[in-house]
Amino acid sequence: MHILVLLKMAPDVVEDLEIAPGGKALDLDCLRMILSESDDHALEQALLLKERHGAKITALALDAPEVDDALFTAAAKGADRVMKVVGMDPGFTTREAARYFSQAIAEEPGLLPADLILTGVQAIDDLDGLVAPIVADGLRMPYLGIVTGVALEASAQAARAIKEYPAGVRGEFLVQLPAVLGIQAAEKPPRYVPVAKVRAAMKSVKIECSQALTLADGGLPLVGVVEMKRNEPAGHAEMLEGKPDQVSGQLCGILAERGLF
Amino acid sequence: MTGNICVLAEQWRGQITEVTYETLALGREVADQAGVPLTAILPGSHCRELARFLGAADAVVYIDHPLLAETVPQTCAEAVAQAMAGERPRALLVPLTNISLGIGTLIGVRLGAPVVNFCRDIRVADGRLLADCVMYGGKIEATVEAGAPSGPGPAILGIWPGARQAEKGRAEREVPVTDAAVVLEDTGAIRLCRYIEPEAGDVDLTKQEVLVAVGRGLQDRANLPLAEELARALGGAVCGSRPVIDQGWLPLSRQVGKSGLTVKPKLYVALGISGAPEHIEGMKDAALIVAVNSDPQAPIFSVAHYGIVGDAVETMPALTAAVEARKAAGQHA
Amino acid sequence: MSACSVTLETLPQHPEGKEILTCLQCGVCAGACPYGDVMEYPPRRMIAMMRAGMQEKVFTSDSLLSCVACYACMAKCPRGIRLTEILLPLMKEQTLAYLPELPAELQRALQNTLRYGNPMGEPSRKRAAWVKTAGVPIRSFAEDRRPADALWFVECYTSYYPRGQDNSRATARLFHRLGVDYAILGNEEKCAGECGRLTWEPGLFETLMDYNMAVFQKYQFNRVVTSCPHAHNAFKNRYPVLGFNWALEHVTPFLAKRLDGLNALLTRKLPYLVTYHDSCCLGRQNEFYEAPRQLLRAIPGVKLVEMVHNRVNSLCCGGGGGGMWLDTYFKAKGYERLSERRVREAVATGADILAVSCPYEISRFEDALKVLGYDKRMMVRDVTELLAEAMEE
Repeated sequence: MHILVLLKMAPDVVEDLEIAPGGKALDLDCLRMILSESDDHALEQALLLKERHGAKITALALDAPEVDDALFTAAAKGADRVMKVVGMDPGFTTREAARYFSQAIAEEPGLLPADLILTGVQAIDDLDGLVAPIVADGLRMPYLGIVTGVALEASAQAARAIKEYPAGVRGEFLVQLPAVLGIQAAEKPPRYVPVAKVRAAMKSVKIECSQALTLADGGLPLVGVVEMKRNEPAGHAEMLEGKPDQVSGQLCGILAERGLF
Repeated sequence: MTGNICVLAEQWRGQITEVTYETLALGREVADQAGVPLTAILPGSHCRELARFLGAADAVVYIDHPLLAETVPQTCAEAVAQAMAGERPRALLVPLTNISLGIGTLIGVRLGAPVVNFCRDIRVADGRLLADCVMYGGKIEATVEAGAPSGPGPAILGIWPGARQAEKGRAEREVPVTDAAVVLEDTGAIRLCRYIEPEAGDVDLTKQEVLVAVGRGLQDRANLPLAEELARALGGAVCGSRPVIDQGWLPLSRQVGKSGLTVKPKLYVALGISGAPEHIEGMKDAALIVAVNSDPQAPIFSVAHYGIVGDAVETMPALTAAVEARKAAGQHA
Repeated sequence: MSACSVTLETLPQHPEGKEILTCLQCGVCAGACPYGDVMEYPPRRMIAMMRAGMQEKVFTSDSLLSCVACYACMAKCPRGIRLTEILLPLMKEQTLAYLPELPAELQRALQNTLRYGNPMGEPSRKRAAWVKTAGVPIRSFAEDRRPADALWFVECYTSYYPRGQDNSRATARLFHRLGVDYAILGNEEKCAGECGRLTWEPGLFETLMDYNMAVFQKYQFNRVVTSCPHAHNAFKNRYPVLGFNWALEHVTPFLAKRLDGLNALLTRKLPYLVTYHDSCCLGRQNEFYEAPRQLLRAIPGVKLVEMVHNRVNSLCCGGGGGGMWLDTYFKAKGYERLSERRVREAVATGADILAVSCPYEISRFEDALKVLGYDKRMMVRDVTELLAEAMEE
């Protein structure tokens, strides 16, 4: 069993996000990048599968600041091979990210065959599409998203994947392998790895590099950011005043406007 | 469909979903702005009769195929892409839900069309299709132009739930329905085996869209039913801050904050919670925070969007009544 | 031999390891331990089991998770075995390695500390945001690198936690009026990685030590003054391995040495009945029992009363050794919250102020007062806050 996990770094929203001069993009100099949350869950799901069934895990990431830390952490947690794609055009979009992943998967020896390709279902910066379905389409593999649990069938030819639906309902799907799954959450929260293990991985593990090729047509359909602004918290609530029934009425109006009924 | 605004209608377990109505309401506005018809696209199997619920649209394109009985993204995307072949709608609005996620991306890839995720609002200005997107976990609002009018179309726009009120897109009437024939290959690669209904155990707070949180201002365990009634009216669950859990009024699984759960519901109503940093750590990312506290200086008001200075115990029944009244009025409208 | 390089395997070769062999099995440690009654294996039994080669059994029990690093066992040990400093952290490191998963709250705190330099996961770039609210000028080395007499190492709770910032603002005002020549590290500062909590996550601790030492070495100063007894502990006992050789003081004793200058400033009468809680790190570990009391007595109007357990017998707030991030874990196990035990004793004195010198305690005791319904009867104030209040502007 070979599980390929695709990892993408996303802006860390704990730190303040700054808008670049021109007002159309984030200021990359001020950004801190962190492994996209659902990608971290995809890695965890792979590790759980490895523990249960035995598997080789390859973590493939796109180069970004702090990506090495993420890959060494993945190795310390149990990824067997770690690789990053380098030399992408700056400011690539998610659809371009998916194509960089697909290229590397096709070009680099040993990434295929993979029985399962796991990646986060959605990242906070996926403005022009999602990675998982594009990679799946490119590889002609089946795709399922919003997955919160995976179990291998005895034959290892198929997996049972749990997908979340609204209202707490879940669906159990039988998925023929190889397949691409967009992980919403692993069965357990991502594990803690002692920092000493990560530091040891930094000394013993080598991150392989895969050179990105120029994307063939270069031009994806236009999605142009016209303006970006920070959604500043007001700092203080807007106060509603009056008797309990009056303020309750006012508040209901506000909730209704926001479609909360 | 060429030039039209289209909405992908979601049906799940025999019903059109609420988010579909919200998306239709938004689609209706955009179509009217652009002066073009609104078309709903309904993929499914033996569910033509659902088209009459899509009365907010001017027309419905119904795609019938046995493989569309359950929403499998690649199959559904292929069907929609085939139905659109040769047509050039201006935009296709796809609800961003657990049911439809990924379909928009796949249609975009198959049609070579632009995709814009995370849309909270859409408008047509000077012939340009502009989307307001909530990005980076709500920290950034971006205005995005989705494809030039002459570019490859349609623009595929993923619409957040809550973009409009569902009521505004709910209209039951006979709508002209066109059938679109599609050819889909049954690879059997992905098959739904069964639905798993939520277990009867305690609720998972992190999955609730509405949370009614109580703090020490609840004063007494006997007042807990007031919070439960409000939560029921709002369609959510009751949770609490540490002191309430410590008193044993609510189980540990209902605790929000540093030592409890981190939640991000659409609506968080904090009742009688002063807002210690340990509590705020667990709920500050809720989309809408309403706080009721008798102390006007309570720190909770600095993270809340709306605040009411008042006694939580007095406010709860009033709020429940107002919500019930509003819901009743909505149903009769 | 440095404490840092000792592992459980090499422990027997170190003097500290030999100490363990001298254990009398008298059980005073278990009796002194605030959670001794609920631990599966209290310290005495752990030592016996370790000596009998039952390591695995000790490590697979979660007893050590309830060690709040309060130094009570160590202070009482008739053989002077340095349990809290050496043995317990090493054993806790093993216990954590054996746990199938870390308690979620603790895991978050550790991950946050690694990434953002503070356990609450606040932005690292806003560490010095409180400075703007201090009302007095505060120099940051990053902006003005001229040498200073003192480097004030502010620490996490005092930088981010709203009530902790009150302590920092008070300290800044006191330093300003006393004419202390100091600077802070601002956003360059990261959690010192206090001994108790982080020596059992050695990789994280080393990462923070490496980082902070590199920042220290950029600037020139004679002494480090810190608001946090836990940071004081780390600098005193662990950082010297990496060459930390500056003079070191906690803010409270630092101010006590300047009592002459302070006396002239403390002109406002504060009619409070105050009881002082000895923090574990400052008290039992460093025996700074009198400095905070001197300061409190110097405030006109303040009357001091003692709790039943004071000085070396002080009861821990429960925040040390990671206890700060194990509240849910303890709660789920049905343990009494130690901060509540302490607050009951404080309230029994009839005092209206519970004075503290450790930033953890403000949050823990305020919470406990609230939970027990005593928050109208008693307030928690840091000694520095009371001093600053007594300075008429």
